[in-house]
Amino acid sequence: MTTTTTMTAVNPTASRRRRGGGQDAVGRGPREGVIPRTAAFIVMGVFTLYFLTPIWWLLIASTKDRGDLFSTNPLWFADFRFFENVGALVAYRDGVYLRWLLNSLLYAGVGAVVATLLASMCGYALAKYRFPGRETLFNVVLGGVLVPATALALPLFLLFSQVQLTNTFWAVFLPSIVSPFGVYLSRVFAEASVPDELLEASRLDGAGEVRTFFTVSIRLMFPALVTVFLFQFVSIWNNFFLPLIMLRSEELFPVTYGLYAWNSTINQFPELRTFVLVGSLLSIVPLIITFLLLQRYWRTGLGTGALK
Amino acid sequence: MRSTKRAATAALLTVSALAVAGCAAGGGSGSGGDAASCEPAGEDVTLTFTSWIPGIEDAVAMWNEENPDIQVEVQTGPSGNAGTYQNFFNQLEAGNAPDLGQIEYDALPNFRVQDGLVDLGACEDVLAAEDQFLDWTWGQVTLGTEDEVYGIPQDQGPMALFYRSDLFEQNGIEVPTTWEEYREAAVKVREAGGYITNFSDSDINQFAGFVWQAGGQWFENDGDAWTVNLTGEESTTVADYWQDLIENDLVSTYPAWTDEWNNAYNSGEVWTWNSAVWGANSILSGAPDTSGNWSVALAPQWNAGDQKAGNWGGSSIAVFNGTEHLYEAAKFALWLNTSEEALTSLNETAQIYPATTAGLELPVLKEGVEFYGGQPIYDVFAEAATQVDPNFTWGPTMTQTYGDVSDGFKAAAQGNGTLLEALEEGQAATISTLEAQSIPVAE
Repeated sequence: MTTTTTMTAVNPTASRRRRGGGQDAVGRGPREGVIPRTAAFIVMGVFTLYFLTPIWWLLIASTKDRGDLFSTNPLWFADFRFFENVGALVAYRDGVYLRWLLNSLLYAGVGAVVATLLASMCGYALAKYRFPGRETLFNVVLGGVLVPATALALPLFLLFSQVQLTNTFWAVFLPSIVSPFGVYLSRVFAEASVPDELLEASRLDGAGEVRTFFTVSIRLMFPALVTVFLFQFVSIWNNFFLPLIMLRSEELFPVTYGLYAWNSTINQFPELRTFVLVGSLLSIVPLIITFLLLQRYWRTGLGTGALK
Repeated sequence: MRSTKRAATAALLTVSALAVAGCAAGGGSGSGGDAASCEPAGEDVTLTFTSWIPGIEDAVAMWNEENPDIQVEVQTGPSGNAGTYQNFFNQLEAGNAPDLGQIEYDALPNFRVQDGLVDLGACEDVLAAEDQFLDWTWGQVTLGTEDEVYGIPQDQGPMALFYRSDLFEQNGIEVPTTWEEYREAAVKVREAGGYITNFSDSDINQFAGFVWQAGGQWFENDGDAWTVNLTGEESTTVADYWQDLIENDLVSTYPAWTDEWNNAYNSGEVWTWNSAVWGANSILSGAPDTSGNWSVALAPQWNAGDQKAGNWGGSSIAVFNGTEHLYEAAKFALWLNTSEEALTSLNETAQIYPATTAGLELPVLKEGVEFYGGQPIYDVFAEAATQVDPNFTWGPTMTQTYGDVSDGFKAAAQGNGTLLEALEEGQAATISTLEAQSIPVAE
């Protein structure tokens, strides 16, 4: 999943660069030999295969019952039991799996929206307002990008313990709405895409700062916001260490942590194996859907930006 | 320049705030440590209990129904070494540990050394319950002391020999009763195209079970200092024995619990497994095509006529430092691990094999098992359970020991170095870890 994350990160700039260098590439196109082109395709093909094989395996494994899982070809179908497996998973312990899925959607969905809003406001303020300590603040935020979430989990646990918030929804939600990278991205993008003249114009028209932000600036920043949202959504969805340290009650678990807990007891309770497999497969579906839906937005967004 | 200074100040403030928080938390957990008296609270109590056993809620629900004044809330997480133990340590540090927690026997000394557990010996009921447990399971929770008790034994993993009765019969091979016969059988099995067993380079627990059976002692604690002895005479015998099997290609060396490993058993490539009672369920689900072909016999012995068994696994319910309800916690833990209704429920939902003598006689453990050709296999394990040496002690840094030994075992399985060398390295690493944690080591 980290690979996907990095790819989103690179993508906006990459596609812009591609656009910029587009004519170049077209001009150079015919001169490119067959061999480099084939080589490029082979390299791409190998990597695609490398990334897709595990997912293919997961897909196949989810359709098998426990016996076939070990005795049949791991990369091809045997008896098709997918729906029975899903049924059993959903029924297991009163549908606790669905609860986890819902929790994940809640943590990642609401968390990412709030995080995006906060990050965009902060980044916008840093880009468009002059105030003392601006650069210091920005550098501190930038420093925050360098601190991995994993390193913060334990200090957060100790702090949350002091205020008795561990093992609550807030223990996972509150740290999720902070996105230093989002602030950074918003600042860079606000500087590039929100012209000062436009802000002045709107001030002259009598709009307050807040109104200007929500009606004018935020629209111009939209492609960046979608990227920030996607980022945050994926990182909350995949955040595993924080729930591991914070949560004790099964009904609060996000799906990643729940599956991990099951997986850790497979030695003792082998019947959980199929559940872990099918559960993992189903748990990546919302991510794929989010990506497909939002990709369209930030593509058109970037397009509009480039036309201006 | 000025802004840099300000940033530094801010950073410093944050760090010291964290440090203060940490200290306060540490102090909190320390002050809760004197809960030595075991008195009823005289009011309604809610206990928190962390366990990763799926289905343990069912047993707890029974308790809650019968004891409205002592309610128990179940919390869960991954299995101990996969994160829950670390969580316990974090919670102890932060002063909000649960009242009760599931702890495997090999991790108990670690919690004891870190001062995380309450001595249940303060409760009369607990001391009086000693007779109900098998000697060796009780030995696992007293940690070699006289009347200190650091948990109530829950389950156990006496070891026996799972074997493919059909293959042994077809090939005219006798089921081995000594390790010498086991090696002879291994040669015949290899000639028939199979492997007698898989040597698991990651399950140091299994190897420890072999050493346990041979009468070895890896750790001893005289109350002041720890003696570490991974390379004693018995350990060396066991290591050399398996080294010989590996070198002569008489055992397979698939990584345990993987698909290949399951497949090796499911396809009849591997014929036996020296495992604990819970292994019955592992084979059943990992090798479903072999249903009806397995049997269970007592483990091969080092000397013909011996009656010794090793143990692999088992856990206890411990009470954490900081609890305000020692009496109620102990009462619940005793009920969970001694009452017939709880033990039956735990066996049904999670195949928990009880640590009490009465528990071994549960009606459900007397039945024949279809997968094992109708053999009442738990009779064999009940016998093995009485043959486990009560004196085996675990060290306080087992996770590290397992890791170090396992690294060496993996190399040895691939022909680099020997099992004995791995144990020697594990020994050295364990001693330096103990010293690094200021845990006294006896020379």
